[in-house]
Amino acid sequence: MENFDAIVIGAGHNGLTNAAFLAKAGLKVLVLEKNEYIGGATASLELHKNWKYSNCSYVCSLFRPEIYQSLDLGRHGLEVVPLQGSVTFKQDGDYLGSYHQSDLWRREVARHSKKDADAAVRFDADLMKWCRLIRGFLLRTPPDPASFRPRDALEFAFLLKKFYSLSESELYEFIRFFTMSIANYLEQYFESDVILAHFSGGSIIGTGLGVYSPGTAYVLLHHAMGDVDGNVGSWGFARGGMGSVAAALSSSFLSFGGTIRKSSEVKKITVSNQTATGVELVSGEIINANAIISNLDAKRTFLKIIDESDLPEDIVKRAKNFKIRGSSGKVNIALDGMPIFSALPDKSPLTLGHMHFSDTLERLERAYDDWKDDRWSSDPYVDMVIPTQYDPTMAPPGKHMMSVFVQYCPVSPEGGWDDKKKKAFGDTVINQIGDYSPNFKDLILHAEIRTPHEIEKEVGLTEGNIFQGELTLDQLMFNRPFPGYAQYRGPLKRMYMCSSSNHPGGGVMGAPGANAAREILRDFKRKNTTPEDFGDD
Amino acid sequence: MTSSVFQKSPFQARLDALNIVQQWTSWNGYKSAQVFDTIASEYFAIRSTCSLMDLTPMEKFRITGPDSQRFLNRLVTRDLSNLAIDRVAYVIWCNDEGKVLDDGTVFRLGENDFRLCAQHHQLDWLSISRLGFNVNIEKETDDIAALAVQGPTSFSVLNKVGIEGLDKLKPFQICQQSISGIEIMISRTGFTGDLGYELWTSPENALDLWDLIYGQCENGNFDIRAIGLHALNMVRIEAGFIMPGEDFVTAETAVRADRSRSPFELGLSWLVDFEKPYFTGKKALQAEALRPANRRLVKLSVEGNKPPADAFLYDKENGKRIGTVKSCVWSPILKANLTLSDIEFENGSCPEKIWAEIYYQKELEWKSSWSQCHVSHKPFWKNARASLTPPMKF
Repeated sequence: MENFDAIVIGAGHNGLTNAAFLAKAGLKVLVLEKNEYIGGATASLELHKNWKYSNCSYVCSLFRPEIYQSLDLGRHGLEVVPLQGSVTFKQDGDYLGSYHQSDLWRREVARHSKKDADAAVRFDADLMKWCRLIRGFLLRTPPDPASFRPRDALEFAFLLKKFYSLSESELYEFIRFFTMSIANYLEQYFESDVILAHFSGGSIIGTGLGVYSPGTAYVLLHHAMGDVDGNVGSWGFARGGMGSVAAALSSSFLSFGGTIRKSSEVKKITVSNQTATGVELVSGEIINANAIISNLDAKRTFLKIIDESDLPEDIVKRAKNFKIRGSSGKVNIALDGMPIFSALPDKSPLTLGHMHFSDTLERLERAYDDWKDDRWSSDPYVDMVIPTQYDPTMAPPGKHMMSVFVQYCPVSPEGGWDDKKKKAFGDTVINQIGDYSPNFKDLILHAEIRTPHEIEKEVGLTEGNIFQGELTLDQLMFNRPFPGYAQYRGPLKRMYMCSSSNHPGGGVMGAPGANAAREILRDFKRKNTTPEDFGDD
Repeated sequence: MTSSVFQKSPFQARLDALNIVQQWTSWNGYKSAQVFDTIASEYFAIRSTCSLMDLTPMEKFRITGPDSQRFLNRLVTRDLSNLAIDRVAYVIWCNDEGKVLDDGTVFRLGENDFRLCAQHHQLDWLSISRLGFNVNIEKETDDIAALAVQGPTSFSVLNKVGIEGLDKLKPFQICQQSISGIEIMISRTGFTGDLGYELWTSPENALDLWDLIYGQCENGNFDIRAIGLHALNMVRIEAGFIMPGEDFVTAETAVRADRSRSPFELGLSWLVDFEKPYFTGKKALQAEALRPANRRLVKLSVEGNKPPADAFLYDKENGKRIGTVKSCVWSPILKANLTLSDIEFENGSCPEKIWAEIYYQKELEWKSSWSQCHVSHKPFWKNARASLTPPMKF
């Protein structure tokens, strides 16, 4: 039997990132994947002939350029093309267009509110302050505030120094920012309903929170702190769909001598003397290694693939209480042509980016109300993109693939999901789009409807939560996934965690995978292969 | 017409309509776009879909007559005696001191019929060099409308337009076609390191040709973007192509003695053939080849994300200055700073350690930092699809 230094459970993008850095340092690494395809939620699947779907994650911004560069992902085939423009359609037939040309954007905001056009300058600068702060922590291991080890003390001092680089009033603002609702936060800047709604969307994506729930302001930051080639807040499409991210990572990993086994579901982590010794597959096969790294979310890791009796009591309790609420669905659609949107002029660049149909905070909050009652939103918030306007690889010429992210969708509606309810959920979304595009419904060739149920079943994300755990202050930084366990080391010896349930959290970022690799290499006294932050200053 | 200093391209009406940021510059006197919309969208048109660029301003010379091949072989450092009809070769040419005057491409259109494309005005040098050769040299820059169609879907786009036989056209090969009554010449050439073609026709056909191709974008089949010089500069650095006048001073224009460069000093020794019949600059280059290398233009990547524009290079932090960055780009596809840099050699070899001192500005304040650099012996980026025949669909 082959011997491995490390086994990574789950070939999602963080598992592959982690594995690649370990292999780059010379470790012999095996990645085990339950599905017959790699990527987890970064996958491109041909679900309709000649159409490729990014059927889970669909855009890319947070992925750290440092990781991209040090794993040479460009030469391994990754290409991230920045999106241009986005739009929120209004119910009265008008729209708010977010143009990538700043002069156009400003005039467009002024069309809705002259005051808001000027306030947008202040809003951008403030958001950039918070981004600059938080970005510096993405590729660092959070300090343990309760520890007195020199390393933690130094890291904590670094953290404090960063925060105290803000002025007194900024510091107050920043602390408020972390605990505020997005609606309250934005109302400090803007007055126009559609502008408020346009900026709010990013704050509820993937959360079990509404625009008026405290904590949602931070989620806006989580969606704005990424960048495409230095343009902080920009988003991009991976050419070939999000599966290209996994494909490039896997190609890089294999170039360092790594091994990937698909269709190899791990049943449990084997433990002896409070030490992880290997894994047992569903097939019964046992593979041993010196490090066992889980890329599954915290709930799945501690409640599904480790025996409770092998774990400290408090871990089991914390894992059970870990907030990981499914609230999102997806509708992926093959289109026979480009839909026309009645509100937009011919050849408008606004269809090139994110499209939304929620034009007031109230509609967004009502959408949340439905979810609290275990119903999908009757008037959902959607984040809709048509990547085939740029990407020639995902549909035949002249045809299109549309990815519609839907907020909110319950983990289990009353009586559970069945085909009828799933179709009704899909129809709700399709009807909403149809209200703004007269030819849309006639263009539909195929649609894949995904509720949290499918996302959990296929990808393995508990409750279908896209961030592998809610992004609220109690589950961020040194609290993620649990206080005392935020440095990627599990409660068992030689057991590690590299998933998005760890700092800095969800999104296709690669940072948890890289940060975990740095800690593992440290324990194994190997040369650190993970990159340092490029730095914004 | 009198309101502008620029000469107008035969494609101008279309270029003007598409340039929403109005960023123009002079390229050999023509009104040429730096950017049409955003640099990023134009860069990715070249790397991900299909780009269109007006190449008309590129200097073009028609060389005919019984001695045309012998003349060109005397002019350039590379051996052209085996250049077949309907083939293209990348070339450089030097003065008698072996210093580079310009680079360009030679198209063999017939037995005694060649086109020489160049970056800079060369008629003076060509006229001096023709003494003793029975050739006719005509500048045809304004008489040919040229259009670069570059990017992974360029083959599919041209195929859809009705151009046939491209599936067999190899890199550096030429074919002639007639589409919708327009006579065009197509060469599988380019300055991007990606799949691409250059189309050549007479100026009166220019707008029709543009419409045929761009129409594929208008009708929604393909994403096609007009691109400007800025995006082109990014991809040419990624591909490792030099730009005379940017990366070195051409011998004809250099005023100071140490400014001009030999092919060796530009890292282009592969273009110098001492086995071929005598060519201009051969003696000087033979003598140089015997001496240890004193300097080279190298492909140098610079760590981090600070732009190393015009940075000085050192053998260590705060060490001895050994060179300068000439061209640089943040490569969106490699997520790295790539440069072409002029480096002084010691005892004929490249310094092992190279550091860049980078000055950069954040909110009106200048800062400096040190980054380690790495020499690349291959082009930073060349997509495999660039040389596949038949080409891929995308």
